[in-house]
Parts: sequence; structure tokens; C-alpha cells
Amino acid sequence: MNTKKLLALLLTVVMLVGIMAACAPKAPAEPTPETDATPEAVSEAFDMAVCLASEPKTIDPALNTAVDGAIMIQHFFEGLKKWVDDGNGNATLADGQATIEDKTVNDDGTVTYTFKMREGALWSDGTPVTANDFVYSWKRLADPATAAEYNYMIDMVLGFDEVAYGVPTGEFETVVDEETGEETQKEIVEYADPSTLAVSAPDDSTFVVTLKNDCPYFDEICAFPATYPVRKDIIEAAADQWTFDTATYIGNGPYKMGEWVHNSYIKAVPNENYYDVEKLGPDSITFQLMDDANAMYTSFKSGTLNFIEEVPTDEVATLLANGELNVVPYLGTYFVCFNNKVAPFDDARVREAFSLVIDRNYIVEKIKQTGELPASAYVPYGVYDAEGPSGDDFRTVGGEYYSVSEEDYQANCERARELLAEAGYPNGEGFPAIEYLYNTNDDHKAIGEALQQMWKTELGVDVVLTNQDWAVFIENRQNGNYQIARHAWIADYNDPCTFIDMWVTGAGNNDADYSNAEYDAYVAAAKATVDPAERMKNFHAAEDLLMGENAIAPIYFYTQRYMLSEDIQGLYYTPLGYFLFSYCTKG
Amino acid sequence: MAKYTLKRLIMAILTLLLVACLTFLLMNSIPGSPWVSEKAPSQATLDALNAKYGLDKPLIVQLGKYLENILKGDLGVSLKMQQNRPVLDIIKEMFPVSAKIGVFALLWAILVGVPLGCLAAYNRGKWLDSLLRIICTIGVSMPSFVVASLLLTGLGGNDQSMFPTIFKASLGVKSYVLPCFALGVYPMCYISRQARSAMLDSLGQDYIKTARAKGLKNTAVIFKHALRNALIPVITYLGPQIAFVLCGGFVVESVFSVPGLGRYFVQSILNRDYPLIMGTTIFLAAFIILMNFVVDILYKVVDPRITLEEGGN
Repeated sequence: MNTKKLLALLLTVVMLVGIMAACAPKAPAEPTPETDATPEAVSEAFDMAVCLASEPKTIDPALNTAVDGAIMIQHFFEGLKKWVDDGNGNATLADGQATIEDKTVNDDGTVTYTFKMREGALWSDGTPVTANDFVYSWKRLADPATAAEYNYMIDMVLGFDEVAYGVPTGEFETVVDEETGEETQKEIVEYADPSTLAVSAPDDSTFVVTLKNDCPYFDEICAFPATYPVRKDIIEAAADQWTFDTATYIGNGPYKMGEWVHNSYIKAVPNENYYDVEKLGPDSITFQLMDDANAMYTSFKSGTLNFIEEVPTDEVATLLANGELNVVPYLGTYFVCFNNKVAPFDDARVREAFSLVIDRNYIVEKIKQTGELPASAYVPYGVYDAEGPSGDDFRTVGGEYYSVSEEDYQANCERARELLAEAGYPNGEGFPAIEYLYNTNDDHKAIGEALQQMWKTELGVDVVLTNQDWAVFIENRQNGNYQIARHAWIADYNDPCTFIDMWVTGAGNNDADYSNAEYDAYVAAAKATVDPAERMKNFHAAEDLLMGENAIAPIYFYTQRYMLSEDIQGLYYTPLGYFLFSYCTKG
Repeated sequence: MAKYTLKRLIMAILTLLLVACLTFLLMNSIPGSPWVSEKAPSQATLDALNAKYGLDKPLIVQLGKYLENILKGDLGVSLKMQQNRPVLDIIKEMFPVSAKIGVFALLWAILVGVPLGCLAAYNRGKWLDSLLRIICTIGVSMPSFVVASLLLTGLGGNDQSMFPTIFKASLGVKSYVLPCFALGVYPMCYISRQARSAMLDSLGQDYIKTARAKGLKNTAVIFKHALRNALIPVITYLGPQIAFVLCGGFVVESVFSVPGLGRYFVQSILNRDYPLIMGTTIFLAAFIILMNFVVDILYKVVDPRITLEEGGN
């Protein structure tokens, strides 16, 4: 009997081993080990293995809206301007595919830029990059048929609004809502032909663009992925499938796509037609596509990955303490969004009270733990003011709207209780039931719970936490179906405009439903002027109003974290979240 | 048999049609759209996107168009997860990877689970039975992300090591070991428990006593007479399970970075990627229907007393 038992066990083990061995029967021959390389052989190829995120939604420069996509696209394409290393790992703007030859302010206030194309700039298939490529790409970006969500990045170009948003005709049509059967009158809009966009190419080496009025961050727009050139012949032939095939994914950047194994990796290899190909660092860059933070971290530890942005939450504190996790600024603000139109948050005193009792230091130090800064205003540090990169930033000039130092917290709470009493709710008595809405996520939940606790202990107000799936959450917040909701805003370009102009009355992203004619006037004035000082004065005045009325309650300014293998140098970064690997070296 | 198959085929088509219509209805009744984003696109862009992908048409027209396209073998393109990529291409590329891992996961689950179940039944009440019970209880109650993460952090290494942390088909066998193992743990334990109780059931039957009384050898009694009957509940469980496991485990694939189909089932819904939701759901439904058919045929093989025609046992 005993032998049989043993036999069965043995059988089990044999089967187990068998299965293990049987996996992948058609496995290719084991890769030859590196041992045949002689010790003094030339240094082995340097593959920079990077993990940004999982499979990108798209790597079409015009259609991409994500940061991971933008990073890859910046390795495959190059715009009129490009980001270069200032020597300290910080990205600064430099000439990319063109040089600004002339900038003229016209009599009607429009501004015309003339770009001279870089000589010898080639596509990865060897054909020259011409001004016409840019003309085509910019028109394609504005064209509603492309349906590019980031087309507004070039909304300063003359004729853009007519092409992208259309011109109201004054005539109406009746639209019947499918679900409710309700009939509404909708104004018919006529779209101008994309060819009316004020971009042109007098010859192959000259690109001319006219802006409605001068735009201080236009240089940065010229380095933004959506404005990169794409090939007309290819897109017309392959339509929207052109990004999926290495043969049709033709770019003009330092690298080209060597291989794309969906959901696994995208391998970038040097574009031998790139003008600066000699100086490129990595012999290849592998963008590993993963979505599990634990797997990313384990792979980084094992040396399979050289760069990661995500680490498991419970490792953060340790890694920060021993200096393995790097933290860099990232232009973005996490905040609480009040529904300014609905009681009780239509009362500025209530909003202020809710904002003052938020212990921002607690949230940053105890919950986030990655060097975020407690927010004392809406526009984060690092955003340029009138003097650009050389002068003080917008936040330093604008100052704080309330104290975020720990010593003042009790005084803030005192003031908050007074405000709430003034608004008719002493000690929170009679305050209606409140719901804090966030999208399902552990971090948002932890912050929500902290806020709930602060509002309860300091103001005596009961707040219920409600989480919703992302798509539902966004729809509810955008439609104003909430009382308080979490919100966050990441800069598209380094200018306060990206933060300030979203709160204009009726703006598409004005989820707080904030409306103040004076605010609208300041923003309009800022956008109309060419004088940088005047422009910033208006933006500061607008932020004063926004914060004075506490339309929102900023919590912290973002940071970006990353881990990089110790033996790799030459990585550089912009606070817009872009890491650039083209000039990384190893050793 | 031909008549039976034909009947099943017609039923299958009707079921798939129902699945398609219900999925379409359900996914359109949940709030949200594929175009939601922290930065709201302009109305003009939304209109353009809806027009481009035909979402501006009334629902009934969209459904009609979709069903018509399916007959032509066109499942539409992904709207969000891999914008503009044909859903059929995604399934064709991702399914084989998932299926390969799934097949080996199930194989080891069956080949280990069934003998372990028999072993436990045979040693009922003894220490081996208790030990297996403990192991299997842990196996079925541990969520797959725990199993997978433990394996990854415990055994994972670089590409040269025994078990690479990132799945690469080019690395061959070693890339498959951990994902296959992780994916098979739950079915293995479950099968083992089922096999044990089914085995105990059949060991108590009269015909086993008869077999023993005839003086048959113990192995013959167990493997020839008892096991055959004990396999029926296992096969019942396996039918739909094969479909699920072969379509990929979301968690295991995510942890081991396997480029499989699993992630699409969950994430297409979170992303409101309508054509992808439809495509993956219909694919899985068709697969389950097929596997149920195979299981019914297998019943007959295992137990000839079972008849497939209506009115049978």
C-alpha cells in the first residue's frame, strides 16, 4: 500500500515537471550565451529599457492626448522646436526642424512667424522634410474630420476657430433627443475649409504661420507633439492604420520604430537619416508596456528595466528615504472642486471654510509621501511669469492666498468656524447632507477620507464619500451633478493661461461652474495684450478673484517620481512630464 | 447526431444574437462615453468623433449596422484602448497568447488535480487527505493577484534568470512557467476537491462493491470503474472554465506583462470602448457555447448511458 502511495506522489511530481517542460513546445533554440564574446570585445549594444505605462491609446502625434504617448512621439518625431538638455537634466527649448527667421506684428494685431526649415532634415525613409509637411499636419490637426482632442493647442492660429469650431449661421434646426424625445433648437454651424487656416509654405524651406495675436508660449507649442509633422502620402494611403506598421510609421525624429509587439513593447532604433544621429545615446530604446506597479518595480530591481515611473505605494517611503526614488516638479494641481451654483456651496463663506480646514501638510506628508507641495494657490510653482525661465515664477510673484504652514492651521480652523457661523451654520448645525465625489482609486479614497475627517472634526459637518467609475465620475462632474468633487489639472504648456482660462464663464472645463464677469474680463484682457507684464498682471488679478472667492480648494502641487539605473546618465526632463532618453549613456 | 448538431447550431446562433443585443443595450445604458477625459474635448470635436465612429446615429440603427457588419466578419475598430485598430486584429493577435498559457495552466490543473483528488478520496480521513484539504482550501481562497505577485516577487529575475519578470515569447519556456502556474492554481485545487467528492460518491456505489467482490485489483477498481464516473462533474466544470481560462486571466496577465486578451475584458468596459466590449463578449460567448457542446459530447464518451437527444438522462 505504501509503495502505491509513493508511486502516486512520484507520478504527480513527474507530471508537474513534464508540464513545465512541455510549455511552449516550439520554443526557439536557446539564445547563445554571451560567453563567446571575448573580454576585450567592443562594448555591447546599449538598450535603454523604459516603462512608462501600458499600451498607448495611439501614437499618432495629432490624436495623442497622453503623457506616455507624448514621450514616445518625441522620440519618433521632431517639431519646429525641440527640447534639449541644459546640462543639468532640465529640458530647454531649441531649434528643431526649423529656425524662426522673422516675426512681424501686423497692423491688425495679428503676428506672422516665418520659419526657415533645417537644411538636410530627412524623414526616416530618406525623403526631405519640407514646409509643406508642416502645412499639411497643422491643417490636419485643425480639421474636425481628424477629430483630434488636442487641436486647441493651435487655437491661436488665425482661422483656427472657423475651421475647428465653425461659424454659426444664424439658422436653426430641430434636434430630437433620442432618450427623452425632447425637441431642442440647435444652431447650424458651418465649418470653414481647413485650407483657410493661416499656415502656408511659399517654398519647400519656408513655413509661415499667422497668429490671431502674439502668444508668449508659441515656442512651446512648436515643440508640442500635436504640432509635429506627419506624412501626407502615407496617411492618405494607409488612413488611420498608419501608426500600426513599422513600414508606414515614418517619422523625422531621432529614433524610428523598429518593432511593436502590442501590449508587450515598442522598440525604437536610431533613425539613420536623423541629422544628429551620431550623437544619440542608446543603440535602442525599448518602451516596455506594462500596467502593474509591482511588476515594474520587480523588473527594475532585477535589471530588466532601466527606468520606471511607478513603484508600489508601500515601497515609496523606503525608496525616498534611501534616495533611490527621484522626485522632480510636475506642473499640476490637485484640488477640491465645489459646485459653485448649488447650495450650500454657492456661498463663498462656506467654500472658504471648507478650504481653510484642509490640513494640506497632513495630506502631503502622511498620505502622498512623495514630495508634493501643499498648495496655497491654484497655479503651481514652476510656471513662468513675465520674465520667462530667467525670472521669478508665477507663484513666487503671486504669493500665497492662505497660510499652509503647520503653525497657522489652528488659526485657519478658527477663522473657518467663524465663516461657517456667519453663513448660518454655527458648529455645522443645520448644514445639509454633503457628498464628496471621487473616481475609484486608492489614493483618491485616502484623501477623501482625510478630508471627511477634517470637515467633521473642525466644522462639525458630515460628509459622505461616494466613488464612481471614471467615465461616470467625469460625466457627472462635467454636468454639474455633484456637490464637492476631486479634481486635478496638469499643464499642457508652461504658462498660467493653461490654468486660468478654464474658469471663464461657460468654458468647457469649468466644472465648478464658476462665473464672474470681472474674471472673464481679466482673462480676455490678458489674452489680447502683447505686453508680457500687462498680460501677467491680468492673470494675477484673475487668480486673485478665483482664490478670493474660493471657487476651488487647491490641495497640493504635483511632483513626478521616477527610478533610473545608477549607471545611466544623460536623462533630461520637462515639468510637463516628458522624460527624454535620446542622449542617455551607460557606464 | 447530425440533427442534434444542427439543432445546437441554430440555438447557438440565436444565443449569440441575444448576447449581442443584450450587451449592446447594457453598455449603452451605463453612463459615460469613450470620449470622457479630465480635459473635456470641445463640442465640435465630440461631434466629429461621434460622427467618425457612427455614434451619432440612433441606437437601433447602430445595432443594426453592427449586426450587419458582424456577418461580414467586421467587428469594428477600437475607440479608446488602441484607437482605430480593428477589434478582430486585436483578438487574433492576443487570443493565441492567452490560449497557450491557458491550455498549459488547465493541463497541469487537470493532470495534478484529478490524481490528487483520487488520492485524497482513497485516503479519506487520513493525514494525506487533511494535508491536501488544507492545500486546496488555500489554493481556492487565495486571490490570483496574491498568487501571481508572490511568485513574481519571490522568484522573478532578469531575462537571463530562471523566471523572467517580464513575459517575452522569445525567451521560450521559462517565460511561460510562472504565468501558467499562477493561472492553474485555482482550477487545480477546485478540480481536486471536486474529484475527491465525486470519487467518494462512486466508491460507495454498489457496482464498486460488485467489482471488488469479483476480485478485481484495486487499481482496476479505482481507475477503470470509479474514476470514470467521478470525471463527470469535473468535465461539467471544465467546459465553461476552459473558455474563461483560455481567454486569459486579467490579473495574471497584468502581473506578468503577458500580451494577452484578458485585460480587454475588464478595461474595455472601464474605457467604454464599445466595439471592443461587443467583440470580446461575443467571442467569449461563442467560445463558451462551443465548449458546452464539446462537454455534452464528452459526457457520452465517458458514460455511454447518457443520450444527447432530448428526453435523455
